[in-house]
Amino acid sequence: MKIGMLYSRIRRDEKLLLSELRERGHDVTKIDVRKHQFGLHDTTAPVDDLDIVVDRCLATSRSLYATRFIESYGVPVVNSPETAEICADKAKNSLALAEAGVPTPETKVAFTKESAMEAIEAFGYPCVLKPVVGSWGRLMAKIDSRSAAEAILEHKATLGHYEHKVFYVQEFVEKPGRDIRVVATDGEPVAAMTRTSEHWLTNAAKGGVTENFEWDDEALELVQKASDAVGGGLLGVDLMETGESYTVHEVNHTVEFKALNEASDVDVPAAVVDWLEAKAAEKTAAEAVA
Amino acid sequence: MTEAECAECGTTLDLADDLETGEIIDCGTCGAELEVIDVNPPVLERAPELEEDWGE
Repeated sequence: MKIGMLYSRIRRDEKLLLSELRERGHDVTKIDVRKHQFGLHDTTAPVDDLDIVVDRCLATSRSLYATRFIESYGVPVVNSPETAEICADKAKNSLALAEAGVPTPETKVAFTKESAMEAIEAFGYPCVLKPVVGSWGRLMAKIDSRSAAEAILEHKATLGHYEHKVFYVQEFVEKPGRDIRVVATDGEPVAAMTRTSEHWLTNAAKGGVTENFEWDDEALELVQKASDAVGGGLLGVDLMETGESYTVHEVNHTVEFKALNEASDVDVPAAVVDWLEAKAAEKTAAEAVA
Repeated sequence: MTEAECAECGTTLDLADDLETGEIIDCGTCGAELEVIDVNPPVLERAPELEEDWGE
């Protein structure tokens, strides 16, 4: 197949994917989105003959716009701009999960320091304040007291970009020192790992220790529902154990999988490429019918 | 193994054969993050600073 990869930085994840695609003999076009313009009817990016484009932009903003434009030219793109739009924003992400009946931490959004403080006090301490857009655990705050809340809200309101004046307040989930990351393709789990840390943030990017995770039926069902809730695609579904069950706190749309590839026995890039081949075949079949 | 010069301190860096444009290389001497601009021959420039919306 002829596959395009949108990118602006080649991480280990992208190298693994490129290597797998080339080993299988696919024709890969790397598209550095920093070098192109995206017009209303066409683009300088070489996308015309591609069977499928995979979005691996590191920057969320670029991912959102580039996928929207690529799709408008009639070129299939994964993940879709609709999925990206939901996953890129924690508030939209939480709403989509709740609307689909997926258990997710109790969340409130407020637009002023005063109403955010009311939300925080209603949750009690500790609770969590997150930016609606952001990643790798940056600018997340676990709030232990009213005085800490006042200081953080003041800092965000004074120093932050306007997006930091959307206050996303969430209950603190008492998890057993770890959370779970499942990489899935259209809801079908590829591999899963736990991320364990003494810190309340367990992101692999923050040094969380990763280990293979054996999913059960309930986790399987939740991953499928969470994937459907955001429109499907190649996704990283984050779950926390709540004792008897799980809660899904987030679905990621440009999922990093290098840590998972090392933590599990599964060849994650191979599974991703299997899925990309199937998506490209769907497009070819649809064109044949048309 | 190929070589290129660090754009920050000028040290000669040994680079892997599977180098990709867009990849980030750390200079072991000065610690600068360098972006691979070209692979044949390898050209390195200072990598862009981390931005707020980067990452998954």
